[in-house]
Amino acid sequence: MNVKQLSIFLENKPGRMAEVTRIFEAGRINIRALALADTSEFGILRVIVNDNEKAQRLLKEHGYTVGVTEVVAVEVEDRPGGLHRILAALSEDQINVEYMYAFVRQSGRNAVLIFRFDDVAAAAKRLSAEGVRIIDGQDLYAM
Amino acid sequence: MMFNEEFETMPREALESIQLRRLQATVARVYNAVPFYRRRFDEAGVAPADIRTLADLRKLPFTYKADLRDSYPYGMFAVPMELVTRIHASSGTTGKPTVVGYTTRDIQTWAELMARTLAAAGTRRDDIVHNAYGYGLFTGGLGVHYGAEKLGASVIPISGGNTKRQVMIMKDFGPTVLTCTPSYALHVAEAAEEMGVSFRDLRFKAGIFGAEPWSERMRREIERKLNLKAMDVYGLSEVMGPGVAIECIEAQDGLHIFEDHFIPEIINPQTGEALPYGTPGELVFTTITKEAFPVIRYRTRDLSVLHPEPCRCGRTMVRMGRIQGRSDDMLIIRGVNVFPSQIESVIMETRRFAPHYQLVVERVGTLDQLTVLVEVDESLFSDAIKNLQSIERDLEKNIRETLGVTTRVRLVEPKSIQRSEGKAVRVIDKRTI
Repeated sequence: MNVKQLSIFLENKPGRMAEVTRIFEAGRINIRALALADTSEFGILRVIVNDNEKAQRLLKEHGYTVGVTEVVAVEVEDRPGGLHRILAALSEDQINVEYMYAFVRQSGRNAVLIFRFDDVAAAAKRLSAEGVRIIDGQDLYAM
Repeated sequence: MMFNEEFETMPREALESIQLRRLQATVARVYNAVPFYRRRFDEAGVAPADIRTLADLRKLPFTYKADLRDSYPYGMFAVPMELVTRIHASSGTTGKPTVVGYTTRDIQTWAELMARTLAAAGTRRDDIVHNAYGYGLFTGGLGVHYGAEKLGASVIPISGGNTKRQVMIMKDFGPTVLTCTPSYALHVAEAAEEMGVSFRDLRFKAGIFGAEPWSERMRREIERKLNLKAMDVYGLSEVMGPGVAIECIEAQDGLHIFEDHFIPEIINPQTGEALPYGTPGELVFTTITKEAFPVIRYRTRDLSVLHPEPCRCGRTMVRMGRIQGRSDDMLIIRGVNVFPSQIESVIMETRRFAPHYQLVVERVGTLDQLTVLVEVDESLFSDAIKNLQSIERDLEKNIRETLGVTTRVRLVEPKSIQRSEGKAVRVIDKRTI
């Protein structure tokens, strides 16, 4: 059910992102969602792709340090208050959001939120109780 | 396992009488054959006849690396060129290399000591030695090679480099003993992992690693990753090459110095004063059997300590501790003495892994700034920025608390720190003073 995200360690210098996208292009890897967290010296590129195993293998072959993290993808209505409803529920249960990012689906009127939780099980339980639709990993990779 | 039990287990008294006889002969010979030594001895007011006991060695002046460089290339040779059958040279990272020569007998002595070295590390006649030390001017490759042949083992003269091919040969030829630098051993382990080759499926039982300082933790890392017993070997071309001292596989606790050929001393690097057993300081060697290139009280700049206690392997020869650093690699950062090996052990203490790291020293304004670059591998990595930053802060804190020096720790991408197939580049000093 959960979604696998690849995290890639990058030094903060010109061309490092382009090198990753070049590897993806050559390997026919399609990026579903992406977020970059950075400091002045290094960054972590977080990506969800159509083929995790292949992407991970290609990156390792090129000497990158790659981690695999379980994240939760949920669908929210693309309207004011959509995100707030979810965050308020999580906050009520004291569930910490490590980080999150969002993108809007081409089809339909819904946005997709990617959450990284410390406690994935507790978060998933509360979100389901709230009636939030959790997107299956396979669906997201194939989106 | 011993190649020459008679000498390796000789009672101290008998050993010391051999040492004295050989020392006296060497001192007389260099005085007569090498103008440099005659001049130095005369300046110090000491003559060969003054060496009556082993303690009299301390009357002789030191020989420095700079002296060898000043006599480039052949000024320190003690025999005419017609008797020299081999020439080697040190890497010469600063300026000209140091050139050393060997007579036929020197080569035989070296082969004997390397045979002892290989045997001490558990090598037998039916073993296959994968020798990944560089062949060439560097003494590592040919040193191991001649020793393995003398012992009667099979040697694969693969030399350094082309790591993928090395892994293939390890898989196909079934070598049982590995000889290379410790940093190259880890490099091979990485390459094998990337190629999907497990050392569990290889036949290695022992490795002899040297030519650069390493640590106990790095030993454990190598033993775990390469699935073998790792022994530390010591040597330097000025004294002979590898095979000056070796750890025994029985104890793995200090390197036995072949004292029937070399007399070790530990001195205070600042004052030159000889220090007693058990006190750390700079290693000084006098060769007592070499013909072409004898050295008298040669300042190695390597920091170590000598232990005279008998070893459970039965050897009576004194043991030297692992090299703790170099008295000339020592960095002085805002008045604090720092050795790369100290930083390495803090990193390993904190993170429990053998890092690829590099120290970069810069002068920012009037202040020295030490940056520690550490490569991020999977065991360190996290998808959260705050975890990576806290690794940096933890390391900075532990280095500050252990060494008393403030550093900046920076995580960098894997393989971004310069690798050498031979020696690791641990320090980059950008200060211009």
